[in-house]
Amino acid sequence: MGTVLTQIISLITTAISFGTVIMYGSLGETLTEKSGHLNLGVPGIMYMGGIGGLIGAFLYETNAASPVPGVGLIIALASALVCSLLGGLIYSFLTITLRANQNVTGLTLTIFGSGLANFFGGSLSKLAGGVGQISVAVTSSAFRATQHLTDGIPYFDEIFCNYGFMVYLAIIIAAVLSFIIKRTSIGLNLRAVGENPATADAAGINVIRYKYAATCVGACISGLGGLYYVMDYIKGTWANDGNIEALGWLAVALVIFATWKPLRSIWGAYLFGALYWLYNFIPGQSRSMQEIFKMLPYLVTIIVLISVSLRRKKEDQPPSWLGRSYFREDR
Amino acid sequence: MIHISKRPDFNRFKGKYAGLNRWTGFGIHLLVRLIGLVLALAVSGVLIYAITKLNPIDVYAEMANGVFGTSRRVWTWLRDLALLLLVAVGLAPAFKMRFWNIGAEGQILVGALATSACMIYMGSANIPTPVFLLIMGIGSMLAGALWGIIPAVFKAFWGTNETLFTLMMNYIAIQLTSFFIPMWEHPKGSNTVGIINAASKAGWFPEVFGQQYMLNIIIVAVITVAMFFYLKRSKHGYEIAVVGQSESTARYAAMNVKKVVVRTMTLSGAICGLAGFLAVAGADHTVSTATAGGRGFVAIIVAWLAKFNPGTMAVISAMLVFLNKGAITIASKFNLSNDVSDIIQGIILFFILGSEFFINYRIQLAHEGKKEEK
Repeated sequence: MGTVLTQIISLITTAISFGTVIMYGSLGETLTEKSGHLNLGVPGIMYMGGIGGLIGAFLYETNAASPVPGVGLIIALASALVCSLLGGLIYSFLTITLRANQNVTGLTLTIFGSGLANFFGGSLSKLAGGVGQISVAVTSSAFRATQHLTDGIPYFDEIFCNYGFMVYLAIIIAAVLSFIIKRTSIGLNLRAVGENPATADAAGINVIRYKYAATCVGACISGLGGLYYVMDYIKGTWANDGNIEALGWLAVALVIFATWKPLRSIWGAYLFGALYWLYNFIPGQSRSMQEIFKMLPYLVTIIVLISVSLRRKKEDQPPSWLGRSYFREDR
Repeated sequence: MIHISKRPDFNRFKGKYAGLNRWTGFGIHLLVRLIGLVLALAVSGVLIYAITKLNPIDVYAEMANGVFGTSRRVWTWLRDLALLLLVAVGLAPAFKMRFWNIGAEGQILVGALATSACMIYMGSANIPTPVFLLIMGIGSMLAGALWGIIPAVFKAFWGTNETLFTLMMNYIAIQLTSFFIPMWEHPKGSNTVGIINAASKAGWFPEVFGQQYMLNIIIVAVITVAMFFYLKRSKHGYEIAVVGQSESTARYAAMNVKKVVVRTMTLSGAICGLAGFLAVAGADHTVSTATAGGRGFVAIIVAWLAKFNPGTMAVISAMLVFLNKGAITIASKFNLSNDVSDIIQGIILFFILGSEFFINYRIQLAHEGKKEEK
């Protein structure tokens, strides 16, 4: 009995820390898609956020005499935000101002971002004249610091308090986004832009400004997913294994699964995490069968995608202008 | 203030272009493209200099040497060019229909899986090579077509978003590949399939005219030309164009839109599947989750930029494969990682995408525009 319980707890904690990476990605993408822009550059932006944070922390740790974890954390956070903002700006300038095709621009951003990240991740320490793999242990320790609230209640701490601060930050961002989109006039305007920019334009909403803001803020949030992955999930190192890209596409899938609702992203992300790692907890699997289990999040997303289109429930539909560019004179 | 207006659709060979005769129009088109390309090379050059402190012109020369230095290198370049072009050609009809098939990556992979399965399970049956190649080709096309039909049916009948559906199908295909790798692994425990039929070479493309990769190039050339005529001259091609322009017009003209969508995606998936056959039987002789290697995504960009014109697709494919191969050469020469090629590729594509705007739209100062209206 005891072992089953520890297994379940272990699955929950694995799911939560894994799910947080894709939750960030999907929250940013949800915001972007609300403005009618399908940004397939999420994996690239997550890469840029991750490598940005890593470069910032690395430069600080190699140049400071005795690096302080808290300072490293702030530097990593700031440089991750700047890098992912850069990705968002490239995408929005091309798709909003220059009206380039969104899918093509997004895919290019993914190629660019993954190239940039893997290049610097693989050769940063070499370029700086050092040897061996890059590691920012000091900064990473600040990201991974946990705060245990209770001691008395069994299992509570293990399940709920065992994570770095970014796990909780993701939940807060989800709640704030949900509130803004649903309850404020900014959110209403944003949804109007995504549903029908021409109508929004006629109503006096500055469509361009909303699109830029949603895409750039969205990119910053997505980029945090990369930062969390690098600093917390793989403990301040780098691996050229393409994992961030796979996680980025999973984040795009999660947007659909959550039917464009930030709050649903929270449990959706944890569910994806649990489905992804389920094979670890079912004994007696062959290596081949483990791979079939990893297919589950994608299969579930397809099923959600199909059922959303079959049921045609109004509140579950994607923004109706999603993927199309808006040009005032085109009307 | 700046005034932006849309240029009329530009056809290089027919009619006039924004009030200019066609050669002036063509000139503007070419000039904008060239400026974009030069700017892209300049930005990449600055980046290269910042990282390596080397003269970018030397680096570009080194790239050219790396790609065209020996005849073997030229043939590998042609082989990879052909493969990328084939995927782009496969995607063209779908995109012309405004069906966003982001799933080429998966369609290539299932095609590659079908080919590998044939090579592994039928390799010792001593089937004559032409027959065996035919079986493998058909198998890969069926697999790719299946991967294309599933999202197409849901799109046609229930309006399911095809961009997201085909994207998810990629990952199903990748996991499926990971599923088969342990079953086919060779040697045991390596977690790779290894070179299939290394000794017997059963199912490998034979040399044609003394060249190992000639068959790849012939197949792709034939399909590219066929696709050109299919899109331009056939009734199907016309239906695809109409559905792409406006579904309601197509319905009004009594076209069966559902049938056109499913049929076109069957074709698109089948050609992408065939690319998997070329990748396995004609090049790698093995299969892994990296067999498609991002070609499915790059080909989308190629097809889109070329406006589905097969000739332009070939030119863009040639440039991208050159960049990729060239960057890998400089990376190994200057001890950098291969990912440099993705950075340069990304920068160049950003500039090409950006330059589209100056081809599609005319920018004037507002008062000039008013004068013209009088």
